[in-house]
Amino acid sequence: MSKIELKGVNKFYGKNHVLKDLNLTIEDGDFMTLLGPSGCGKTTTLRVVSGLEKPQSGCIHMDGKEIVNAAEAYFAPPAQRNLNLVFQSYALWPHMTVFDNVAFGLKIHKVSADEIKKKVEMALNRMQISEFAKRYPGELSGGQQQRVAIARAIVSEPRLLLLDEPLSNLDAKLRVDMRSELKRLHHETGTTIIYVTHDQVEALTMSTKIALFRKGELVQVAPPLELYDNPKNLYVADFIGNPSINFVKCKAKLSDAGMAVSGVLGNMEFSRADMTPDAPRSGECDVTLGVRPEQITIQRERTSPTDVEARVYSGMPAGSETLVSVKVGDVLLTVKEIGSSRYSSDDTVYLSIHRQKINVFDTASEELIKYCV
Amino acid sequence: MKSEDLRYSRSRRLKNQILAVVTNPYNIIVVVTVLLLTYLIIFPLLDMLSTTFSLSQRDLRQVTGGVTGQFTFYYWKRLLASELSVNLLIKPLLNSLLIGFGVSIGSIALGAALAWLMIRTDLPCKPFFSLAVIIPYMIPSWCKSQAWLSMFKTARIGGSPGFLASLGIHVPDWLAYGPVAIIIVLTLHYYAYTYLLVSSALNSINSELEEMGEIQGAGKARILRTITLPLVMPAMLSAVILTFSKAIGTFGVINYLGTKVNFVTLSSQLYMNSKSQNTQTAFAMAIVMICIASISVFINQRVIGSRKSYATIGGKGGRSTPIGLGKQKPIITIALFAFFVVGIIAPIAILVLESFMLKDGVYSLSNFTTYYWVGTGNTHIMEGVPGIFRNTNFVRALINSLKLTFVNGIFGTIFGQIIGYICAKGRGKFHGQLVEQLVFIPYLIPSVAFGGIYLSMFSRPQSLFGVQLIPALYGTFALLVITSVVKHLPFASRAGTSNMLQISGELEEAATIEGAGFFRRLAKIVFPLSKGGFISGFMLIFVSIMKELDLIILIMTPTTSTLPYLAFQYSNQNSPQASNCVAIVMFSIVFLVYALANIFGDADLAKSMAG
Repeated sequence: MSKIELKGVNKFYGKNHVLKDLNLTIEDGDFMTLLGPSGCGKTTTLRVVSGLEKPQSGCIHMDGKEIVNAAEAYFAPPAQRNLNLVFQSYALWPHMTVFDNVAFGLKIHKVSADEIKKKVEMALNRMQISEFAKRYPGELSGGQQQRVAIARAIVSEPRLLLLDEPLSNLDAKLRVDMRSELKRLHHETGTTIIYVTHDQVEALTMSTKIALFRKGELVQVAPPLELYDNPKNLYVADFIGNPSINFVKCKAKLSDAGMAVSGVLGNMEFSRADMTPDAPRSGECDVTLGVRPEQITIQRERTSPTDVEARVYSGMPAGSETLVSVKVGDVLLTVKEIGSSRYSSDDTVYLSIHRQKINVFDTASEELIKYCV
Repeated sequence: MKSEDLRYSRSRRLKNQILAVVTNPYNIIVVVTVLLLTYLIIFPLLDMLSTTFSLSQRDLRQVTGGVTGQFTFYYWKRLLASELSVNLLIKPLLNSLLIGFGVSIGSIALGAALAWLMIRTDLPCKPFFSLAVIIPYMIPSWCKSQAWLSMFKTARIGGSPGFLASLGIHVPDWLAYGPVAIIIVLTLHYYAYTYLLVSSALNSINSELEEMGEIQGAGKARILRTITLPLVMPAMLSAVILTFSKAIGTFGVINYLGTKVNFVTLSSQLYMNSKSQNTQTAFAMAIVMICIASISVFINQRVIGSRKSYATIGGKGGRSTPIGLGKQKPIITIALFAFFVVGIIAPIAILVLESFMLKDGVYSLSNFTTYYWVGTGNTHIMEGVPGIFRNTNFVRALINSLKLTFVNGIFGTIFGQIIGYICAKGRGKFHGQLVEQLVFIPYLIPSVAFGGIYLSMFSRPQSLFGVQLIPALYGTFALLVITSVVKHLPFASRAGTSNMLQISGELEEAATIEGAGFFRRLAKIVFPLSKGGFISGFMLIFVSIMKELDLIILIMTPTTSTLPYLAFQYSNQNSPQASNCVAIVMFSIVFLVYALANIFGDADLAKSMAG
């Protein structure tokens, strides 16, 4: 239940510039996911917010109150920020029982013993691990340890909950369970959450907003679907989506009315209304089409003159869906079909593409110039 | 930051900066540690260096027109470039290097072979062997030389013959005394370092790496040579350094086995010069020895380079499939048993046997006596000195030794853990590296010289800016404690560092987030988690100080004498039986404490040494 504002935050480790002039606002009640490949600065951002790391410049406000002002060398200690953190490694103290692990912070804040007992039990109940209270972390499975770590973080009812890749050490099935658990937790407590992950599925399914990082810089901050539908540039488009988006290089002719694109997928016309304000209004340029695999329909027969003929490279049925790699000329495309169907290599197929949904990027600047509508 | 909504005030910034430094106990501990280390390590070193350039009263007439305390190159000239150099420096230096290289090669070969057999093969009786292998480390090297003499002593030196000679077996002099004897005895002692370091390195290697070699078609010898050996190379090189510098600095063994045939090394020369008040020359020699040790460390670091250890690359390490020894298994097992009987049981047995012999060297039942243990004082034996259990000197030495080891064990371990904490937290930062380097210096200073420096420095009151900090400590127990604690800091802090590195930083950060302050984190998180390492560190110091002779030999006074020193004295007074009795008591204590620590705590010498 708090609003966090980071302004002009820079962080160096020696000569290594890990956070580059970061500006980010996290609204009250947001489930904000910091997403990016490893080493992009997302965990550092989390640690700067938590107070475990001191940035070299910039300031951070929490509910309007200053908690970091690097210029004045002011850094509020982590304990005064009313937040809690779940570490990737869980960081459970191995020499304390589950109960003592969860009660540790309350004891430091001199909460009465009765109150501690009540609160710890509530937290353990919420995470469905009350039967393990007397065990040591070493006697628990990874998933149970994870629950203890979350219980420890929420027992003090922090205004801000920080989660650092909490699910990365769990197996695939448990991860899906924990995802819905965390989303539920966010819904019930209304706590502002900052969540770090490199897994885009986690980011897309859980967050209210995603902040995508690249090499210490913030690339795009948007709600998940917006990020998916209209990625700001090629980097975002490529990073978000599984299977990844298809890129097709084409030529475009621009005019006030819109643009005409020609390439291996045929000729297409896009109207100015669907284009970004910054898109050029005249001339010719190289563009890259971004086509999501689910926006391509695959057929055995030609049904329309605009269909594109393709050759099956390999078919990969997976029960609920089928991924098919097809070749159009020299371009390899991935197509996603719901349900399972069998395609043999070298079959000839016809692709019909949902043209309005195509993203168009300027190849030179890599920026988006046409929205998906 | 030019943005208008950023407040900025220089005074507030200064205030916050000062507050951040002062209110963080960690900073204060670092500062205090650095100051203390500078005072206890750098000052003595500088003091030693300046002493070698300062003319002493007794050498006034060697320098024309000299004044006491005047700056002079006299001592260095005499040592390095005079007709005395050959005898004073060159010969002892060559002998030292001979011992150093000989012992290093022997120890590495023996220790690494044993480690490989114990860790990677299907050798039978491993629990027995793994204990037996450690025992030599617990028997002081001078005890072993005593046993060596009892076994091989020849008539040449006079006195009673050894065990073999009394059986009528001729023992050549070159075997009984001199470099061969010294190298063998020291190798039997120092192989333990290689064994401990290499076995912990081997333990961390995933056997899948070796299995991969097997799948590729490599034979056992080839796998050993091209996969296993390179992986444990860093550990082996560390062991070489440890062994080399220890062997060069050793004095007790040289005194027992070398002096009688005029085999001198730098360390024994250093002792002689110190003893005869030739402090300047002694210190100059010490500096030469420090240089040799530094060069060897430097070479080691160049060779290993940044690849300090492959241990982490090995991955999980957990899986370990022993290699079958095949047909050689019984032969190797028997050879190992023979080795332990000859190398470990025999010395102890001889020491025990001799302690019950009225006249040493006479192996008959009529010669049996318990006098040296419980005799009441007979003027015909040992000039009327009673058996050790009735001897006030022994009781005092025993109490002193126990006091010294416990006080040292506790202080040394606490300092070691604190310094370890700083080194672990400050990894890659300036203060961490500074502390790490400072604390490493005592390691380079030979024990005898180290004792000498502290003796000369703390014999007079120490004052700073006219304020007396420390009174004169000559002949006090406190001097013994300070000397041994500082000399053992490299070990203690290494044990502390490896201990602290095992505690993930996130465990402490999690407590920080919960609002725990520095001391609370230490008390609730760091210390409870480092208990095991604490016991190991204590053990390491305890064992090492209980048998320590070289370090404190110059500092000893009759009231502060310890068991090793008493044994040394008895031996010099030609009462090997009494000396043996003392050695046996001492060894028993070491073994007992080690066994207790092993049973009740998860003490592990190897872990704390591996660093």
